[in-house]
Amino acid sequence: MREVICIVCPRGCRLQVDETSYAVTGNHCERGADYGAQEVKAPTRTLTSTVRLTGSHILRRCPVKTNGTIPKALMLDAAKALDAIEVSVPVHVGQVLVENLLGTGVALVATRAINE
Amino acid sequence: MKHYQLIVIGGGPAGLAAAIAAWNAGLREVLIIERDQVLGGILNQCIHNGFGLTHFKEELTGPEYAGRFIDQLAQTGVEVKCDTMVLQLTQDRQVICTGPAGYEILHAQSIVLAMGCRERTRGAIQTPGDRPAGIYTAGTAQRYLNIEGYMVGKRVVILGSGDIGLIMARRMTLEGAKVLACVEVMPHSSGLTRNIVQCLHDYDIPLYLSHTVTDIRGHGRLEQLVVSEVDANRKPIPGTEMIFDCDTLLLSVGLLPENELTRMAGIEMDPRTNGAVVFENNETSIPGIFSCGNVLQVHDLVDFVSAEAIRAGEAAATYVLHPGEGSGEVLTVGPGLDVSYTVPQRIRPAQAGAGVEIFFRVRRVTGSAVILVRCGEQVVAKFRREHMAPGEMEHIRVPKALLPQGPAHLEVSIEEAAQ
Ligand code: SF4
Repeated sequence: MREVICIVCPRGCRLQVDETSYAVTGNHCERGADYGAQEVKAPTRTLTSTVRLTGSHILRRCPVKTNGTIPKALMLDAAKALDAIEVSVPVHVGQVLVENLLGTGVALVATRAINE
Repeated sequence: MKHYQLIVIGGGPAGLAAAIAAWNAGLREVLIIERDQVLGGILNQCIHNGFGLTHFKEELTGPEYAGRFIDQLAQTGVEVKCDTMVLQLTQDRQVICTGPAGYEILHAQSIVLAMGCRERTRGAIQTPGDRPAGIYTAGTAQRYLNIEGYMVGKRVVILGSGDIGLIMARRMTLEGAKVLACVEVMPHSSGLTRNIVQCLHDYDIPLYLSHTVTDIRGHGRLEQLVVSEVDANRKPIPGTEMIFDCDTLLLSVGLLPENELTRMAGIEMDPRTNGAVVFENNETSIPGIFSCGNVLQVHDLVDFVSAEAIRAGEAAATYVLHPGEGSGEVLTVGPGLDVSYTVPQRIRPAQAGAGVEIFFRVRRVTGSAVILVRCGEQVVAKFRREHMAPGEMEHIRVPKALLPQGPAHLEVSIEEAAQ
Protein backbone atom coordinates (compact mmCIF):
# COMPACT_ATOMS: atom_id res chain seq x y z
CA MET A 1 0.00 0.00 0.00
CA ARG A 2 1.21 3.44 -0.78
CA GLU A 3 -0.32 6.65 0.49
CA VAL A 4 -0.83 9.25 -2.22
CA ILE A 5 -2.40 12.65 -1.75
CA CYS A 6 -4.77 13.38 -4.60
CA ILE A 7 -3.99 16.68 -6.34
CA VAL A 8 -6.84 16.64 -8.82
CA CYS A 9 -8.93 19.05 -6.78
CA PRO A 10 -8.34 21.21 -3.68
CA ARG A 11 -9.94 18.68 -1.36
CA GLY A 12 -6.65 16.74 -1.26
CA CYS A 13 -7.95 13.27 -0.35
CA ARG A 14 -5.48 10.80 1.16
CA LEU A 15 -5.55 7.79 -1.12
CA GLN A 16 -4.35 4.28 -0.31
CA VAL A 17 -3.11 2.66 -3.48
CA ASP A 18 -2.33 -1.04 -3.80
CA GLU A 19 0.98 -1.32 -5.64
CA THR A 20 0.13 -4.47 -7.54
CA SER A 21 -3.59 -4.22 -8.31
CA TYR A 22 -3.61 -0.38 -8.36
CA ALA A 23 -6.86 -0.51 -6.38
CA VAL A 24 -7.55 2.83 -4.71
CA THR A 25 -9.39 3.59 -1.48
CA GLY A 26 -9.89 6.87 0.38
CA ASN A 27 -10.90 8.73 -2.77
CA HIS A 28 -13.92 10.95 -2.49
CA CYS A 29 -14.67 10.75 -6.20
CA GLU A 30 -13.87 8.74 -9.33
CA ARG A 31 -11.15 11.08 -10.57
CA GLY A 32 -9.18 10.26 -7.45
CA ALA A 33 -9.19 6.56 -8.34
CA ASP A 34 -7.70 7.31 -11.76
CA TYR A 35 -5.18 9.71 -10.31
CA GLY A 36 -4.07 7.32 -7.55
CA ALA A 37 -3.53 4.41 -9.95
CA GLN A 38 -1.69 6.60 -12.46
CA GLU A 39 0.45 8.17 -9.73
CA VAL A 40 1.70 4.77 -8.61
CA LYS A 41 2.12 3.37 -12.16
CA ALA A 42 3.75 6.38 -13.81
CA PRO A 43 3.20 9.84 -12.36
CA THR A 44 2.30 12.63 -14.79
CA ARG A 45 1.81 16.39 -14.46
CA THR A 46 0.68 19.38 -16.47
CA LEU A 47 3.49 21.84 -17.18
CA THR A 48 2.70 25.55 -17.10
CA SER A 49 5.24 28.20 -17.99
CA THR A 50 5.79 31.14 -20.31
CA VAL A 51 7.51 31.63 -23.69
CA ARG A 52 9.05 34.67 -25.35
CA LEU A 53 6.49 36.99 -26.96
CA THR A 54 7.20 39.52 -29.69
CA GLY A 55 5.13 42.31 -31.17
CA SER A 56 3.20 43.25 -28.03
CA HIS A 57 3.60 46.67 -26.53
CA ILE A 58 2.38 45.65 -23.10
CA LEU A 59 3.64 42.09 -22.59
CA ARG A 60 6.97 40.29 -22.96
CA ARG A 61 5.90 36.74 -22.13
CA CYS A 62 3.05 34.55 -23.29
CA PRO A 63 1.75 32.03 -20.72
CA VAL A 64 1.53 28.42 -21.94
CA LYS A 65 0.60 24.94 -20.75
CA THR A 66 0.87 21.38 -21.93
CA ASN A 67 -2.49 20.42 -23.30
CA GLY A 68 -2.52 17.29 -21.16
CA THR A 69 -0.18 15.68 -18.68
CA ILE A 70 3.40 14.63 -19.41
CA PRO A 71 5.62 12.24 -17.43
CA LYS A 72 6.65 13.89 -14.16
CA ALA A 73 10.27 12.94 -14.81
CA LEU A 74 10.27 15.12 -17.95
CA MET A 75 9.10 18.33 -16.25
CA LEU A 76 12.50 19.97 -15.94
CA ASP A 77 13.62 19.03 -19.46
CA ALA A 78 10.32 20.22 -20.90
CA ALA A 79 10.60 23.54 -19.06
CA LYS A 80 14.09 23.96 -20.50
CA ALA A 81 12.88 23.17 -24.03
CA LEU A 82 10.55 26.18 -23.86
CA ASP A 83 13.53 28.55 -23.87
CA ALA A 84 13.79 28.08 -27.65
CA ILE A 85 10.14 28.88 -28.35
CA GLU A 86 8.87 32.24 -29.46
CA VAL A 87 5.43 33.47 -30.44
CA SER A 88 4.25 36.76 -31.87
CA VAL A 89 0.96 38.61 -31.56
CA PRO A 90 -1.87 38.00 -32.16
CA VAL A 91 -2.09 34.93 -29.93
CA HIS A 92 -5.32 33.11 -29.14
CA VAL A 93 -6.12 30.83 -26.21
CA GLY A 94 -5.41 27.23 -27.17
CA GLN A 95 -3.11 28.18 -30.06
CA VAL A 96 -0.70 25.27 -30.61
CA LEU A 97 2.91 26.38 -30.24
CA VAL A 98 4.53 22.95 -30.27
CA GLU A 99 2.61 19.93 -31.59
CA ASN A 100 4.51 17.21 -29.77
CA LEU A 101 6.58 18.39 -26.83
CA LEU A 102 9.70 16.23 -26.34
CA GLY A 103 8.04 13.28 -28.02
CA THR A 104 5.34 13.00 -25.36
CA GLY A 105 2.58 13.34 -27.94
CA VAL A 106 1.26 16.27 -25.90
CA ALA A 107 0.97 19.75 -27.41
CA LEU A 108 2.09 23.04 -25.89
CA VAL A 109 -0.64 25.68 -26.15
CA ALA A 110 -1.01 29.37 -25.34
CA THR A 111 -3.25 30.22 -22.38
CA ARG A 112 -3.88 33.91 -22.95
CA ALA A 113 -5.34 35.91 -25.81
CA ILE A 114 -2.92 38.70 -26.66
CA ASN A 115 -3.94 41.05 -29.44
CA GLU A 116 -1.76 44.08 -28.96
CA MET B 1 -20.88 64.49 -13.19
CA LYS B 2 -21.32 61.22 -15.12
CA HIS B 3 -23.88 58.90 -13.60
CA TYR B 4 -24.05 55.07 -13.55
CA GLN B 5 -26.39 52.48 -12.07
CA LEU B 6 -23.36 50.55 -10.84
CA ILE B 7 -19.64 51.22 -10.57
CA VAL B 8 -17.44 48.20 -9.87
CA ILE B 9 -14.07 49.13 -8.40
CA GLY B 10 -11.52 46.56 -9.55
CA GLY B 11 -11.37 44.49 -12.76
CA GLY B 12 -9.95 41.25 -11.35
CA PRO B 13 -11.93 38.05 -10.96
CA ALA B 14 -14.36 39.56 -8.43
CA GLY B 15 -15.03 42.75 -10.38
CA LEU B 16 -15.51 40.90 -13.68
CA ALA B 17 -18.00 38.41 -12.23
CA ALA B 18 -19.91 41.12 -10.33
CA ALA B 19 -20.27 43.35 -13.39
CA ILE B 20 -21.41 40.49 -15.63
CA ALA B 21 -23.92 39.30 -13.00
CA ALA B 22 -25.32 42.82 -12.58
CA TRP B 23 -25.67 43.18 -16.35
CA ASN B 24 -27.41 39.83 -16.60
CA ALA B 25 -29.75 40.91 -13.79
CA GLY B 26 -30.86 43.90 -15.82
CA LEU B 27 -28.55 46.85 -15.10
CA ARG B 28 -27.51 48.71 -18.25
CA GLU B 29 -25.27 51.55 -17.03
CA VAL B 30 -22.38 49.64 -15.50
CA LEU B 31 -18.73 50.70 -15.28
CA ILE B 32 -15.64 48.77 -14.19
CA ILE B 33 -12.66 50.82 -13.04
CA GLU B 34 -9.32 48.98 -13.12
CA ARG B 35 -5.93 50.46 -12.23
CA ASP B 36 -3.87 48.04 -14.36
CA GLN B 37 -3.63 48.39 -18.15
CA VAL B 38 -5.65 45.22 -18.66
CA LEU B 39 -8.50 43.34 -16.98
CA GLY B 40 -7.95 40.07 -15.13
CA GLY B 41 -6.14 41.20 -11.99
CA ILE B 42 -3.85 38.76 -10.24
CA LEU B 43 -5.00 35.87 -12.47
CA ASN B 44 -2.80 37.19 -15.29
CA GLN B 45 0.32 36.27 -13.35
CA CYS B 46 -1.09 33.01 -11.93
CA ILE B 47 -0.08 31.02 -15.00
CA HIS B 48 -0.38 27.67 -13.18
CA ASN B 49 -3.47 25.51 -13.47
CA GLY B 50 -6.05 24.42 -10.91
CA PHE B 51 -8.62 27.16 -11.46
CA GLY B 52 -12.20 26.68 -12.55
CA LEU B 53 -12.95 23.17 -11.29
CA THR B 54 -16.06 24.42 -9.52
CA HIS B 55 -17.18 27.25 -11.78
CA PHE B 56 -16.39 25.83 -15.21
CA LYS B 57 -16.09 22.13 -14.28
CA GLU B 58 -12.70 21.96 -15.94
CA GLU B 59 -9.16 22.75 -14.96
CA LEU B 60 -7.87 26.07 -16.27
CA THR B 61 -4.82 28.26 -15.78
CA GLY B 62 -5.26 31.74 -14.28
CA PRO B 63 -5.09 33.59 -17.61
CA GLU B 64 -7.58 31.15 -19.15
CA TYR B 65 -9.99 31.61 -16.23
CA ALA B 66 -9.77 35.40 -16.52
CA GLY B 67 -10.06 35.15 -20.30
CA ARG B 68 -13.42 33.36 -20.04
CA PHE B 69 -14.83 36.22 -17.96
CA ILE B 70 -13.26 38.88 -20.18
CA ASP B 71 -14.91 37.21 -23.19
CA GLN B 72 -18.27 37.14 -21.37
CA LEU B 73 -17.87 40.79 -20.45
CA ALA B 74 -17.30 41.64 -24.12
CA GLN B 75 -20.79 40.26 -24.84
CA THR B 76 -22.31 42.86 -22.49
CA GLY B 77 -22.45 46.63 -22.70
CA VAL B 78 -20.42 47.10 -19.52
CA GLU B 79 -18.06 50.06 -19.84
CA VAL B 80 -14.43 49.60 -18.75
CA LYS B 81 -11.86 52.19 -17.72
CA CYS B 82 -8.39 50.67 -17.41
CA ASP B 83 -5.23 52.41 -16.23
CA THR B 84 -7.54 54.35 -13.91
CA MET B 85 -7.04 54.71 -10.19
CA VAL B 86 -9.86 55.44 -7.78
CA LEU B 87 -8.67 58.10 -5.35
CA GLN B 88 -11.73 58.40 -3.19
CA LEU B 89 -15.12 56.87 -2.54
CA THR B 90 -17.70 58.87 -0.62
CA GLN B 91 -20.69 57.82 1.47
CA ASP B 92 -23.10 59.11 -1.14
CA ARG B 93 -21.39 56.90 -3.74
CA GLN B 94 -19.30 59.42 -5.58
CA VAL B 95 -16.21 57.88 -7.11
CA ILE B 96 -13.26 60.17 -7.71
CA CYS B 97 -10.72 58.72 -10.10
CA THR B 98 -7.82 59.61 -12.32
CA GLY B 99 -6.65 57.97 -15.53
CA PRO B 100 -6.21 58.58 -19.26
CA ALA B 101 -9.45 60.60 -19.18
CA GLY B 102 -8.01 62.87 -16.49
CA TYR B 103 -9.51 63.63 -13.10
CA GLU B 104 -13.15 62.61 -12.96
CA ILE B 105 -15.94 62.63 -10.44
CA LEU B 106 -18.48 59.90 -11.14
CA HIS B 107 -21.64 58.95 -9.31
CA ALA B 108 -23.42 55.62 -9.04
CA GLN B 109 -26.63 54.32 -7.50
CA SER B 110 -24.68 51.29 -6.34
CA ILE B 111 -21.04 50.34 -5.88
CA VAL B 112 -19.31 46.96 -5.78
CA LEU B 113 -15.97 46.98 -4.01
CA ALA B 114 -13.70 44.41 -5.70
CA MET B 115 -10.20 45.78 -5.06
CA GLY B 116 -8.69 42.46 -4.01
CA CYS B 117 -5.80 42.18 -1.61
CA ARG B 118 -2.06 42.70 -1.42
CA GLU B 119 0.73 40.78 0.18
CA ARG B 120 1.99 41.26 3.68
CA THR B 121 5.52 42.56 3.40
CA ARG B 122 8.73 42.17 5.32
CA GLY B 123 7.75 45.21 7.38
CA ALA B 124 4.53 43.53 8.43
CA ILE B 125 6.36 40.53 9.91
CA GLN B 126 9.50 42.25 11.22
CA THR B 127 12.30 40.03 9.97
CA PRO B 128 15.63 40.46 11.75
CA GLY B 129 19.11 41.18 10.38
CA ASP B 130 20.59 43.03 7.41
CA ARG B 131 18.64 44.74 4.68
CA PRO B 132 20.22 43.38 1.48
CA ALA B 133 18.67 43.08 -1.99
CA GLY B 134 17.12 39.75 -2.91
CA ILE B 135 14.10 39.78 -0.61
CA TYR B 136 10.74 39.83 -2.37
CA THR B 137 7.17 39.02 -1.62
CA ALA B 138 6.28 35.85 -3.52
CA GLY B 139 3.67 37.62 -5.64
CA THR B 140 6.10 40.33 -6.70
CA ALA B 141 8.60 37.66 -7.75
CA GLN B 142 5.76 35.92 -9.58
CA ARG B 143 4.99 39.09 -11.51
CA TYR B 144 8.66 39.64 -12.40
CA LEU B 145 8.99 36.08 -13.64
CA ASN B 146 5.65 35.44 -15.35
CA ILE B 147 4.78 38.85 -16.74
CA GLU B 148 8.06 40.76 -17.06
CA GLY B 149 10.23 37.71 -17.78
CA TYR B 150 12.95 38.24 -15.16
CA MET B 151 14.40 35.60 -12.84
CA VAL B 152 14.78 37.02 -9.34
CA GLY B 153 17.46 34.62 -8.04
CA LYS B 154 19.26 31.30 -8.21
CA ARG B 155 19.28 29.89 -4.67
CA VAL B 156 16.01 30.50 -2.94
CA VAL B 157 14.42 30.09 0.48
CA ILE B 158 10.70 30.67 0.95
CA LEU B 159 9.36 32.01 4.24
CA GLY B 160 5.74 31.12 4.82
CA SER B 161 3.79 28.31 3.20
CA GLY B 162 1.00 30.32 1.60
CA ASP B 163 -0.12 29.08 -1.79
CA ILE B 164 1.73 31.75 -3.78
CA GLY B 165 4.99 30.80 -2.06
CA LEU B 166 4.44 27.11 -2.81
CA ILE B 167 3.56 27.82 -6.43
CA MET B 168 6.69 29.98 -6.73
CA ALA B 169 8.85 27.18 -5.26
CA ARG B 170 7.87 24.99 -8.20
CA ARG B 171 8.01 27.79 -10.73
CA MET B 172 11.54 28.87 -9.73
CA THR B 173 12.68 25.24 -9.76
CA LEU B 174 11.35 24.72 -13.28
CA GLU B 175 13.18 27.86 -14.37
CA GLY B 176 16.46 26.47 -13.10
CA ALA B 177 16.75 27.89 -9.59
CA LYS B 178 17.55 25.76 -6.55
CA VAL B 179 14.86 26.12 -3.90
CA LEU B 180 16.51 25.10 -0.65
CA ALA B 181 13.61 25.16 1.77
CA CYS B 182 10.17 26.39 2.61
CA VAL B 183 9.99 27.61 6.20
CA GLU B 184 6.68 27.94 8.09
CA VAL B 185 6.38 29.32 11.63
CA MET B 186 3.10 27.53 12.33
CA PRO B 187 2.92 23.78 13.00
CA HIS B 188 0.73 23.43 9.89
CA SER B 189 0.95 24.76 6.36
CA SER B 190 -1.25 27.66 5.37
CA GLY B 191 -1.38 26.48 1.74
CA LEU B 192 -3.56 23.86 0.10
CA THR B 193 -2.43 20.26 0.55
CA ARG B 194 -2.31 19.72 -3.21
CA ASN B 195 0.20 22.54 -3.49
CA ILE B 196 2.42 21.02 -0.80
CA VAL B 197 2.40 17.82 -2.84
CA GLN B 198 2.81 19.10 -6.38
CA CYS B 199 5.08 22.06 -5.63
CA LEU B 200 7.29 20.83 -2.77
CA HIS B 201 7.20 17.00 -2.65
CA ASP B 202 7.49 16.68 -6.44
CA TYR B 203 10.80 18.56 -6.38
CA ASP B 204 12.10 17.28 -3.03
CA ILE B 205 11.92 20.72 -1.44
CA PRO B 206 11.89 20.36 2.35
CA LEU B 207 9.12 22.03 4.35
CA TYR B 208 10.22 23.07 7.84
CA LEU B 209 7.12 23.51 10.00
CA SER B 210 7.47 25.38 13.33
CA HIS B 211 10.58 27.14 11.97
CA THR B 212 11.33 30.75 11.12
CA VAL B 213 14.07 32.99 9.77
CA THR B 214 16.07 34.34 12.71
CA ASP B 215 18.84 36.19 10.89
CA ILE B 216 19.33 37.71 7.46
CA ARG B 217 22.93 38.27 6.36
CA GLY B 218 24.29 39.98 3.29
CA HIS B 219 26.03 43.09 2.02
CA GLY B 220 24.44 44.44 -1.13
CA ARG B 221 22.82 41.10 -1.95
CA LEU B 222 21.43 38.45 0.38
CA GLU B 223 24.10 35.86 1.20
CA GLN B 224 22.91 33.80 4.14
CA LEU B 225 19.82 33.02 6.15
CA VAL B 226 19.63 31.52 9.60
CA VAL B 227 16.56 29.40 10.25
CA SER B 228 15.60 28.21 13.74
CA GLU B 229 12.95 25.97 15.17
CA VAL B 230 10.31 27.72 17.27
CA ASP B 231 8.50 26.59 20.40
CA ALA B 232 4.75 26.51 20.98
CA ASN B 233 4.82 30.28 21.58
CA ARG B 234 6.65 30.85 18.28
CA LYS B 235 9.85 31.81 20.12
CA PRO B 236 13.07 30.58 18.43
CA ILE B 237 14.76 27.71 20.27
CA PRO B 238 18.50 28.38 20.77
CA GLY B 239 20.74 25.65 19.39
CA THR B 240 18.40 24.71 16.51
CA GLU B 241 19.94 27.11 13.96
CA MET B 242 20.42 26.00 10.36
CA ILE B 243 22.34 28.11 7.86
CA PHE B 244 21.31 28.43 4.22
CA ASP B 245 23.58 30.01 1.61
CA CYS B 246 21.14 31.71 -0.71
CA ASP B 247 20.66 34.86 -2.75
CA THR B 248 16.90 35.15 -2.56
CA LEU B 249 14.21 35.07 0.10
CA LEU B 250 10.58 34.99 -0.95
CA LEU B 251 7.94 35.98 1.58
CA SER B 252 4.59 34.24 1.46
CA VAL B 253 3.28 35.36 4.81
CA GLY B 254 -0.31 36.25 4.16
CA LEU B 255 -2.55 38.62 2.29
CA LEU B 256 -4.26 41.81 3.40
CA PRO B 257 -7.49 43.05 1.85
CA GLU B 258 -6.89 46.41 0.22
CA ASN B 259 -9.55 48.49 1.95
CA GLU B 260 -8.27 52.08 1.94
CA LEU B 261 -11.27 53.25 -0.11
CA THR B 262 -13.67 51.31 2.10
CA ARG B 263 -12.32 52.96 5.25
CA MET B 264 -12.30 56.37 3.58
CA ALA B 265 -16.01 56.01 2.84
CA GLY B 266 -16.63 55.32 6.54
CA ILE B 267 -17.83 51.76 5.99
CA GLU B 268 -17.87 49.59 9.12
CA MET B 269 -14.91 47.19 9.16
CA ASP B 270 -14.37 43.80 10.77
CA PRO B 271 -10.95 43.65 12.47
CA ARG B 272 -10.99 39.86 12.09
CA THR B 273 -11.16 39.83 8.29
CA ASN B 274 -9.72 43.30 7.64
CA GLY B 275 -12.67 43.58 5.30
CA ALA B 276 -16.04 45.27 5.50
CA VAL B 277 -18.83 44.02 7.74
CA VAL B 278 -21.46 42.71 5.34
CA PHE B 279 -25.01 41.43 5.29
CA GLU B 280 -26.11 38.15 3.71
CA ASN B 281 -26.28 39.85 0.28
CA ASN B 282 -22.75 41.32 0.60
CA GLU B 283 -24.09 44.81 1.33
CA THR B 284 -21.87 46.85 3.63
CA SER B 285 -22.98 49.22 6.39
CA ILE B 286 -23.65 51.85 3.69
CA PRO B 287 -26.76 50.94 1.69
CA GLY B 288 -25.99 50.37 -1.97
CA ILE B 289 -22.28 49.62 -1.43
CA PHE B 290 -21.38 45.95 -1.70
CA SER B 291 -18.11 44.09 -1.16
CA CYS B 292 -16.85 40.80 -2.59
CA GLY B 293 -13.76 38.75 -3.35
CA ASN B 294 -10.43 39.15 -1.59
CA VAL B 295 -11.19 42.70 -0.47
CA LEU B 296 -13.93 41.21 1.71
CA GLN B 297 -12.18 38.06 2.91
CA VAL B 298 -9.04 36.39 1.60
CA HIS B 299 -10.08 33.34 -0.43
CA ASP B 300 -8.08 30.23 -1.36
CA LEU B 301 -9.92 29.53 -4.58
CA VAL B 302 -10.94 31.92 -7.32
CA ASP B 303 -14.06 29.85 -7.99
CA PHE B 304 -15.42 30.98 -4.63
CA VAL B 305 -14.46 34.57 -5.41
CA SER B 306 -16.54 34.38 -8.58
CA ALA B 307 -19.52 32.89 -6.75
CA GLU B 308 -19.36 35.59 -4.06
CA ALA B 309 -18.99 38.34 -6.68
CA ILE B 310 -21.99 37.06 -8.63
CA ARG B 311 -24.08 37.33 -5.45
CA ALA B 312 -22.80 40.88 -4.88
CA GLY B 313 -23.47 41.92 -8.49
CA GLU B 314 -26.99 40.52 -8.38
CA ALA B 315 -27.62 42.21 -5.04
CA ALA B 316 -26.48 45.54 -6.48
CA ALA B 317 -28.91 45.07 -9.36
CA THR B 318 -31.74 44.28 -6.94
CA TYR B 319 -30.87 47.37 -4.92
CA VAL B 320 -31.11 49.59 -8.00
CA LEU B 321 -34.09 47.97 -9.71
CA HIS B 322 -36.21 47.08 -6.66
CA PRO B 323 -35.39 49.68 -4.02
CA GLY B 324 -36.81 49.56 -0.53
CA GLU B 325 -36.52 45.83 0.03
CA GLY B 326 -33.58 46.04 2.40
CA SER B 327 -35.26 46.20 5.77
CA GLY B 328 -36.37 43.84 8.53
CA GLU B 329 -34.88 42.30 11.64
CA VAL B 330 -31.12 41.89 11.82
CA LEU B 331 -29.21 38.93 13.24
CA THR B 332 -25.53 39.27 14.01
CA VAL B 333 -23.10 36.42 13.29
CA GLY B 334 -19.66 35.87 14.77
CA PRO B 335 -16.99 33.28 15.51
CA GLY B 336 -16.98 31.05 18.58
CA LEU B 337 -14.49 28.41 19.74
CA ASP B 338 -11.70 27.65 17.22
CA VAL B 339 -13.23 29.77 14.47
CA SER B 340 -11.38 32.92 13.43
CA TYR B 341 -14.09 34.90 11.61
CA THR B 342 -17.39 34.68 9.78
CA VAL B 343 -18.70 36.30 6.60
CA PRO B 344 -21.39 37.60 6.58
CA GLN B 345 -21.43 39.23 9.98
CA ARG B 346 -25.10 40.30 9.68
CA ILE B 347 -28.17 38.52 8.37
CA ARG B 348 -31.59 39.93 7.54
CA PRO B 349 -33.72 36.78 7.60
CA ALA B 350 -36.38 38.51 5.50
CA GLN B 351 -33.79 38.80 2.69
CA ALA B 352 -32.30 35.39 3.15
CA GLY B 353 -34.14 33.57 0.38
CA ALA B 354 -34.11 29.84 1.09
CA GLY B 355 -31.15 30.17 3.44
CA VAL B 356 -27.83 31.89 4.03
CA GLU B 357 -24.31 30.77 3.33
CA ILE B 358 -21.82 31.49 6.08
CA PHE B 359 -18.09 31.40 5.29
CA PHE B 360 -15.40 31.04 7.95
CA ARG B 361 -11.99 29.64 8.78
CA VAL B 362 -11.05 27.32 11.60
CA ARG B 363 -8.10 28.12 13.84
CA ARG B 364 -6.51 24.68 13.86
CA VAL B 365 -6.33 21.45 11.90
CA THR B 366 -9.07 19.01 12.91
CA GLY B 367 -10.06 15.45 12.15
CA SER B 368 -13.69 14.47 12.19
CA ALA B 369 -15.58 17.41 13.71
CA VAL B 370 -18.92 19.16 13.86
CA ILE B 371 -19.63 22.78 13.04
CA LEU B 372 -22.18 24.21 15.47
CA VAL B 373 -24.32 27.28 14.92
CA ARG B 374 -25.58 28.47 18.28
CA CYS B 375 -28.06 31.10 19.35
CA GLY B 376 -27.37 31.56 23.04
CA GLU B 377 -27.40 28.06 24.53
CA GLN B 378 -29.46 26.60 21.76
CA VAL B 379 -27.85 24.77 18.82
CA VAL B 380 -29.59 26.02 15.69
CA ALA B 381 -27.75 23.92 13.12
CA LYS B 382 -25.02 21.27 12.98
CA PHE B 383 -22.74 20.27 10.13
CA ARG B 384 -20.28 17.37 9.96
CA ARG B 385 -16.78 17.54 8.42
CA GLU B 386 -14.14 14.83 8.10
CA HIS B 387 -11.25 17.23 8.04
CA MET B 388 -10.78 20.99 8.43
CA ALA B 389 -7.70 23.22 8.26
CA PRO B 390 -7.04 26.96 8.59
CA GLY B 391 -5.73 26.99 5.01
CA GLU B 392 -9.12 25.94 3.65
CA MET B 393 -12.12 28.23 3.87
CA GLU B 394 -15.22 26.44 5.12
CA HIS B 395 -18.80 27.26 4.35
CA ILE B 396 -22.18 26.14 5.60
CA ARG B 397 -25.68 26.83 4.41
CA VAL B 398 -28.21 27.53 7.14
CA PRO B 399 -31.79 27.02 5.92
CA LYS B 400 -34.03 30.03 6.52
CA ALA B 401 -36.42 27.94 8.62
CA LEU B 402 -33.67 27.42 11.22
CA LEU B 403 -32.84 31.12 11.62
CA PRO B 404 -34.15 32.55 14.90
CA GLN B 405 -36.94 35.14 14.88
CA GLY B 406 -36.17 38.64 16.06
CA PRO B 407 -32.79 40.20 16.82
CA ALA B 408 -30.27 37.64 18.06
CA HIS B 409 -26.62 36.62 17.80
CA LEU B 410 -25.49 33.49 16.02
CA GLU B 411 -22.15 31.96 16.93
CA VAL B 412 -20.26 29.53 14.69
CA SER B 413 -17.90 27.16 16.48
CA ILE B 414 -16.35 23.76 15.95
CA GLU B 415 -16.15 20.72 18.18
CA GLU B 416 -13.86 17.86 17.38
CA ALA B 417 -15.37 14.39 17.74
CA ALA B 418 -13.72 12.38 20.50
CA GLN B 419 -11.35 9.84 18.94
S1 SF4 C 1 -10.37 12.04 -4.88
FE1 SF4 C 1 -11.78 13.41 -5.93
S2 SF4 C 1 -12.49 14.75 -4.27
FE2 SF4 C 1 -10.64 13.77 -3.49
S3 SF4 C 1 -8.99 15.20 -4.01
FE3 SF4 C 1 -9.14 13.72 -5.70
S4 SF4 C 1 -10.46 14.72 -7.18
FE4 SF4 C 1 -10.75 15.79 -5.24
